[in-house]
Amino acid sequence: MKYSWWSYGTQMAILLVLLGVAHRPLGMYLHWVVEGAVLEGKAGEGTRQNRVERVLFRMAGVSPEREQNWLGYARGVLAFSILSVLVVFLAMRLQALFSTEGLGAVDPWTAMNTAISFVTNTNWQVYTPETTVGIAVQMVLLAVQNFLSAAVGICVAVAFMRGLTRAGTDRLGNFWKDLVRISLRFLLPLAAVSAVLLIVAGVVQNFWATPVHNPYTGAAQVVPGGPVASQEAIKLLGTNGGGYFNANSAHPLENPNSFTNLFEVFLLLVIPSVLPWVFGRMARDARQGYTVLGVMGSLWLLTSTAMAWALAAYPGLGEGMEQRLGPAASGVFATATTLTSTGAVNAAHDSLPPLAGGVALFDMMLGEVAPGGVGSGLYGILVLAIVTVFLAGLMVGRTPEYLGKKVQAKHMTLTALYLLVVPIVVLVLTGIAVMIPGVLSQASAQGPHQFSEMLYAFTSAANNNGSAFGGITSSGPALSTMLGIAMWLGRFVGIVLILALAGAFVTQAVVPKSAGTLPTHGGLFAIMFGTVTVLLTALNYLPALALGPLAEGILK
Amino acid sequence: MTAYLRQARVALILLALLTVILGGIYPVAVFALGQGIAPAQANGSVVKADGAPAASSLIAQQVPEKDSRFFFPRPSAVKWDPASSGASNLGPSDPALASGVAKTRAAVAAREGVPESAVPEDAVSASASGLDPDISPAYAALQAPRVAKAARLSLADVQQLIREATTTGVESALGQESVNTTTLNLAIGARLGGSSGTGR
Repeated sequence: MKYSWWSYGTQMAILLVLLGVAHRPLGMYLHWVVEGAVLEGKAGEGTRQNRVERVLFRMAGVSPEREQNWLGYARGVLAFSILSVLVVFLAMRLQALFSTEGLGAVDPWTAMNTAISFVTNTNWQVYTPETTVGIAVQMVLLAVQNFLSAAVGICVAVAFMRGLTRAGTDRLGNFWKDLVRISLRFLLPLAAVSAVLLIVAGVVQNFWATPVHNPYTGAAQVVPGGPVASQEAIKLLGTNGGGYFNANSAHPLENPNSFTNLFEVFLLLVIPSVLPWVFGRMARDARQGYTVLGVMGSLWLLTSTAMAWALAAYPGLGEGMEQRLGPAASGVFATATTLTSTGAVNAAHDSLPPLAGGVALFDMMLGEVAPGGVGSGLYGILVLAIVTVFLAGLMVGRTPEYLGKKVQAKHMTLTALYLLVVPIVVLVLTGIAVMIPGVLSQASAQGPHQFSEMLYAFTSAANNNGSAFGGITSSGPALSTMLGIAMWLGRFVGIVLILALAGAFVTQAVVPKSAGTLPTHGGLFAIMFGTVTVLLTALNYLPALALGPLAEGILK
Repeated sequence: MTAYLRQARVALILLALLTVILGGIYPVAVFALGQGIAPAQANGSVVKADGAPAASSLIAQQVPEKDSRFFFPRPSAVKWDPASSGASNLGPSDPALASGVAKTRAAVAAREGVPESAVPEDAVSASASGLDPDISPAYAALQAPRVAKAARLSLADVQQLIREATTTGVESALGQESVNTTTLNLAIGARLGGSSGTGR
């Protein structure tokens, strides 16, 4: 299919305008949800509980005003997430008891992988939704985790921002209060409005299938139904990505036309791109937020352009693309979905031209920071800001500082560990997987593309993205388990390290600025910051990329 | 340990209560709003023929291979059956992709009576969903003479029906200009019945 640069430019321009318009109002609202005191003018005033929250907290026995230190906060995150995995797993195993469609229990390996996948905000789909999970599982388990895993990500980002911006305390906030407020006051209304807009534009939302019969051609079909729009909205807003249907956002009932397509790209970018504004407000220095946003935005524009070039220079036949969308709209979606840890797809990534598939892979390898998953993108990129400050400090021979906090050995240890977790998980597990013949053969292609399929799977899992080179069959005990481990470690080892880092910063006093303080805003810092981000990725992954998509691109 | 147990109890209760709101009230409320505001879309954009549900305008329908009176949709990895959905997932360097494309191209060229070089790309590549009802204007134009002849319609009439089933303006600009074979075939079918007055 012919690539249209004009269509690409139009889509990017519209996205920039929409994201720009939403930025400040949504940022102010989210800041009020997590910190209170902005809309109502008085400190603490905005965090008054409404009736629903009061009932929730009383029944659960939570004192929302009692703040936790980093360990307490981490305990809450882990307890909630482990319990969620168990509940989703058990309910999927018991599907036969309540499925209205007559679907049976989900295979234990699939159920385990799926439970981890949705709780870690990955939404890797080892199952085929149409034949494996019914309305009840999708609506009551999976879509709920779409909200909650996204809310957990924002909670951790907020706790980390508090760690950087508070001083002389060890308290990071109350996890339960943050979780409930972010879910009910922020994600829920946004999802409801988006879902209704999606329905008006053509997305299905009912609870039944409709048999149809074409009297002229004789075609008889059953048009599927289900609570699709309500799940689609939070799937994108929460950077989750698990499709109601197997074809995900390529399915005409999930993404019926080029308008919904662009709106869906907007939805998956909007929350991660608003969080830097919240950061600027919490740091009481808007420039800090805009610098982070600038780095995220530049990486987005650069990788989008690289994707556009890869699709324009090596056009395919359109295999795995929808006619109504075409290569330009597929490329814009593919870049946004791999940069944000969403992993929804509107085209089959496996069939993309080799270098375009390579760009999608590289986007995930950036560590999901441009703008990244909801919450995880912000804390991920702030870690890279700390590394940049540290490197700059080494160059000029001063103790590095970020937002007035001295960056010391303990901070750098946690930062380095955070940055190493995902690459180690990806590379070690991919290495193991390709050495086991029975596992390697689950990737259907031959030669370098087979390696790409496996590398893509583990990169996607450990970065909690969830998109796939679909030629891989990830069911079966060995690969389901390895991918489940990758998702779990990639998410929660990172989160515990981030909260520990927040705990290490929050107790520190703020050092007053001096003439020698490196400013952490503005163009010079942003360029260093962006360079560090790309270089770290390249150093970690170039050898692996050379064996996969680069080799394939050269051989072609 | 007791700290964890206490947390687990809180987690369990909050998970249950949030599930009621996010997994029950929210989707049902969206359902109610959808049925009130846009029932046609909310129920899958079903279109009728002779008063009965005939198709979803968003989903491709298979046309019998021998039936020359209709427009064929793109190849499908799921045989145009909406009980499932998906792509071939063949990698760009996969020999199976190349041989499948060559076979399809030869078949389309033979069917339409044109040289293989005249076959557009969307006619030989499977879509991502397998349910894509849309084809390129080029593929529609290629099929038009054959359809007109078999359906006993004038070529101008068929071309007019194609125009009516083609995306326009901003929708084309944000994606690609596309012709919906499902609605187009229903329009042709209605003409078939209309002329004889019997339908089928």
